[in-house]
Amino acid sequence: MRLAEAWRVALDALRANRLRSLLTMLGVVIGVAAVVALVGIGTGTKQQIEQQVEGLGSNLLLVVPGRLQAGAAPTSSPLTMDDVDAISRVVGDRSRVAVTINSGETVRAGSRSGFASMQGVLETTPTVFVRRLDRGAYLTRTDVSTGRRVAVLGAGVAGDLFGDVDPIGRQITIGGVRFRVIGTFERLGQSLGVDRDGEVHVPVTAAQRLLGTERIDGLAIRAPDRERIDDLSAAVVATLTDRHPDTDFSAVTQEQILGVLGDILGVLTGVLAAIAGISLLVGGVGVSNIMLVSVRERTKEIGLRKAVGARPRDIGVQFLLEAVLLTTTGGVLGMLLGGVTALLVDRLSPVPAALTWWSMALAFGVSAAVGIVFGVVPAQRAGRLDPVVALRTE
Amino acid sequence: MTTPAIVADDVSRTYDLDGVSVAALRGVSLTVEAGDYVAIVGTSGSGKSTLMHLLGGLDRPTGGTLLIGGRDVAKLTPDELAELRNTTIGFVFQSFHLLARTTAQDNVGLPLVYRGAGRRERRDRATAMLERVGLAHRITHRPNQMSGGEQQRVAIARALVTGPSVLLADEPTGNLDSATGQSVLALLESLNAEGVAVVLVTHDREVAARARRQIVMKDGLISAAG
Repeated sequence: MRLAEAWRVALDALRANRLRSLLTMLGVVIGVAAVVALVGIGTGTKQQIEQQVEGLGSNLLLVVPGRLQAGAAPTSSPLTMDDVDAISRVVGDRSRVAVTINSGETVRAGSRSGFASMQGVLETTPTVFVRRLDRGAYLTRTDVSTGRRVAVLGAGVAGDLFGDVDPIGRQITIGGVRFRVIGTFERLGQSLGVDRDGEVHVPVTAAQRLLGTERIDGLAIRAPDRERIDDLSAAVVATLTDRHPDTDFSAVTQEQILGVLGDILGVLTGVLAAIAGISLLVGGVGVSNIMLVSVRERTKEIGLRKAVGARPRDIGVQFLLEAVLLTTTGGVLGMLLGGVTALLVDRLSPVPAALTWWSMALAFGVSAAVGIVFGVVPAQRAGRLDPVVALRTE
Repeated sequence: MTTPAIVADDVSRTYDLDGVSVAALRGVSLTVEAGDYVAIVGTSGSGKSTLMHLLGGLDRPTGGTLLIGGRDVAKLTPDELAELRNTTIGFVFQSFHLLARTTAQDNVGLPLVYRGAGRRERRDRATAMLERVGLAHRITHRPNQMSGGEQQRVAIARALVTGPSVLLADEPTGNLDSATGQSVLALLESLNAEGVAVVLVTHDREVAARARRQIVMKDGLISAAG
């Protein structure tokens, strides 16, 4: 039998039982739609996080005291501004080095107050990280060297304290100490779960005086190019270990962060897909079931086809194609439904979703495979049917 | 001398029903010559249907030798047997066995599907065959739009479309009124006159009497042959 003819026969058989075919297909439709939508959500989340990490800036090296591994005890930082000077000499360009000392502080302006993440930083921060100002100016080298009490507000803090009023030149207090606002940041939103608009940047020297400490929490270095990151990382860690023999230092690149996050999200996406896959499996069992019913119903037809010369293989292929047609049609409908669902989730909810060609191709391939796997048993049964017995069935 | 269409030599068929051995045929010898016209008669349970299935290659004997078109059925694979049914044998059943929802033309063309014929060729040959059985006006009709006699003519056209040497008809008039039955028999006879061997299974003595020779079955054996 020609394959084209076999397809036509399969299509006719499905058309003959439209409602039944549709209901059987529904199981596959839901399964495939679930796979496409959930993988889309997993992929979208991953892409968003990757964008956020990359949005920090390019060729970044983050240096923190302590070991970056599960179960490692948090280390109190021994780093001071002297270390920053030493690292600047290693890097050869002070403008490529950023530091931070963090502290959650209450900020006030007049009668309004709020909670902000105070960051003591160098004037280099906007060039090391990607950070754009909305109004005013950023800290200067003089601000840092003299420990001047000036502040640059995140968009959220500026809104909380000043509303629509231009905050430039106005006074605020941070932890009870007066600072003058010299600039505000563009709105940035969340990044890796941290509200970047709740930051207030002040000179690291002013922050240290406010907190009564000499320490800094961490360093960030922007390498001139990707190739030099590893060498730079080793040199920086060696210099710091030299200066603080009792402390371990860790340097991580964006690639490493992305790698770890990517692994976690990959597993998460895989688990989502597997859960959705189970519903696809259930759909497949439904297909198998209905195909067995179909074989039984059409016993006489099978007998006749055999009597006029159909080989067992011809009958088997006919029923297998019928199952595959059911599941692939269901697969296409499921792809559409899953795609639309993912797009709606992306548009209407905070959860990001992205459609990928591979998840569509995978879902379609799996639906075809489900048809083959779950169609084989009914098809074999049909193919092996004894024509005499089949013809006698009334 | 031409090869006989079918030669059965001491053919038996035993069924195994839940461990109990039931002999449906107990040593039947029979030759259907090319262009023969044979009626197999007998009561229900005499083994005539079993014999018919064997002669048509739908089943295999459990004993004896059966040659269809000169080929030993016991030595054929299931695929070869299917091909034999497709090329050498034409079946006509009591209950027509037409595919519902399928036009007369496509029903008649069905056997050609299994020899890989294209759609156009199938339809051309089916149309010619429907014209041959007097149904030129029913080509696009479905079984439920036709009378019993017309349906049986479609079935006969289907049996003939591959140009078989033997036509096996199992109670072909059993579901038809007598006038329609007569016309179906007349059709079979005219085909026989053109050289197709016809083997007719019937319990109707009148129908059997029209055949060139009769074989009477009883309890799985041939009790009389003429």
